[in-house]
Amino acid sequence: MAEQLKHGPHAVIECTEEIPCNPCCTACPQGAITMAEGLSSLPRLNREKCTGCGLCIPCCPGQAIFVTDDTYSGSEGLLSLPYEFTPLPIVGQSVILTDRRGRPVGEGTIHRVLCPPAFHQTAVVTLRVPLALLDTARGFLPASGKEALHEG
Amino acid sequence: MRENPQVAIVGAGPAGLSAAAVLARCGARVTVYDENDRPGGQLFKQIHKFFGSGHHGAGVRGVELGHQLLAECEAAGVEICLSHTVYGIFPGGRLGVTHAGHSRIVQAEKLLIATGATEKALAFPGWDLPGVMGAGAAQTMVNLNRVLPGRRIIMVGSGNVGFVVGFQLLQAGAHLAAVVEAKPQISGYAVHANKLMRAGVPILTGHTVLEARGGDSVEEVTIGRVDERYRPIPGTEQTIAADTVCLAVGLTPSIELLRMANVGLTHLPPMGGYLPLHSGNLCTTDPDIYVAGDVAGIEEASTAMEEGRLAGTAIAAALGLLEEAEAGRQMEEIRRRAAQLRTGPHGEARGAAKAELERRYAQWQNS
Repeated sequence: MAEQLKHGPHAVIECTEEIPCNPCCTACPQGAITMAEGLSSLPRLNREKCTGCGLCIPCCPGQAIFVTDDTYSGSEGLLSLPYEFTPLPIVGQSVILTDRRGRPVGEGTIHRVLCPPAFHQTAVVTLRVPLALLDTARGFLPASGKEALHEG
Repeated sequence: MRENPQVAIVGAGPAGLSAAAVLARCGARVTVYDENDRPGGQLFKQIHKFFGSGHHGAGVRGVELGHQLLAECEAAGVEICLSHTVYGIFPGGRLGVTHAGHSRIVQAEKLLIATGATEKALAFPGWDLPGVMGAGAAQTMVNLNRVLPGRRIIMVGSGNVGFVVGFQLLQAGAHLAAVVEAKPQISGYAVHANKLMRAGVPILTGHTVLEARGGDSVEEVTIGRVDERYRPIPGTEQTIAADTVCLAVGLTPSIELLRMANVGLTHLPPMGGYLPLHSGNLCTTDPDIYVAGDVAGIEEASTAMEEGRLAGTAIAAALGLLEEAEAGRQMEEIRRRAAQLRTGPHGEARGAAKAELERRYAQWQNS
């Protein structure tokens, strides 16, 4: 692949509707997420300030924040997402990546699973995904979910 | 159980408990009655994180907020009488209460009715089959009783209740076959819809449920498209295997006691239908009866908590337990916080409806 401009790790906020909510702004230790005015403005991310730490992911009640990192390797990037299902996936596990409509789009690997008490039971799962799928993949099917996929 | 509390509150949900804590902190003798055997109303089955700001408990799960409220009430000395059904309301601040087969009358200086709401139903052939239930009932089953209502579920209604309960059914291990919505667009938050879509759940707008069929319980459900006037379009029917149909088609205020108290009622469709006419500080047309939460218009738990605090503060002021200027300052602050929750494309209709209610109340006062 030709050398492209890399963005590095940063939050991707998929909050598209003005709802009265602002935990992302208070969760960001860098002050990188702000709202213009009032509780119902859309959050805005300052990419210069964002370090991609991911602390905003579990605090979003709408599960609408992800972190992508296109600098992991030459072929793979990292995608972090909120996860509220059990059992939690296991690091190293191969999974089917799914898009915003739950359709399978490729394969990835569980890279990291974080669920400290401060996340209040929203786990943050980080996956290694093909670079080309970094903006497409938004979920995954656990190994046991493969059957469900074929069924339905 | 206290013979004669100063303030009697009916309903130990987010509104009733919030009001009780405020009042008890002001020094009022408060008793809360609830017909359920546990307090919290719907809070303890709200396992999702709430929206709002830090002041509204945003990012905290409803169940946690329920624990916090109960702790506040306990610390403040609120008496909570569970399995106590208030069956009647009589002149002079008297309530008829039954408990364990015995009935008694309690009298209070002020009453707060925080009875919440009832789920609306939807009639279609087969709606009386076991397996057809309110979304709230399904939520109680999975989150409180830890029983799956079914394996393959169809959710009717794309409001936040349908979306939130649908997601919780997925979390509990059920398969959500579809969310069906008659309107051409979804009613709930897009972020909720996106969560379900990422999980592969089809959200079928412009569709309605036509029939549920089965022997002893639901086995399959026929849905179909509707036209712009919500009439089914022949030839668009499709049948889906499902054992459960959850209805999330709206709520209506539980106003039975208020009807009996003969307070003024008014009809406001965006707030769920008939509801008590009330002032900006939640006083009904009877100066000794206040309301808060869904019974005062269908909103959310976060607004119910603010309304409970507002009504509690107003009652404390009316009882002389809080100096007027201080009460006014506190109420202004609570109203400001509640107003924040009524902004944006989803919230502003509720804000406008509350403003309309205040207008109608002023009209009644001047008549």
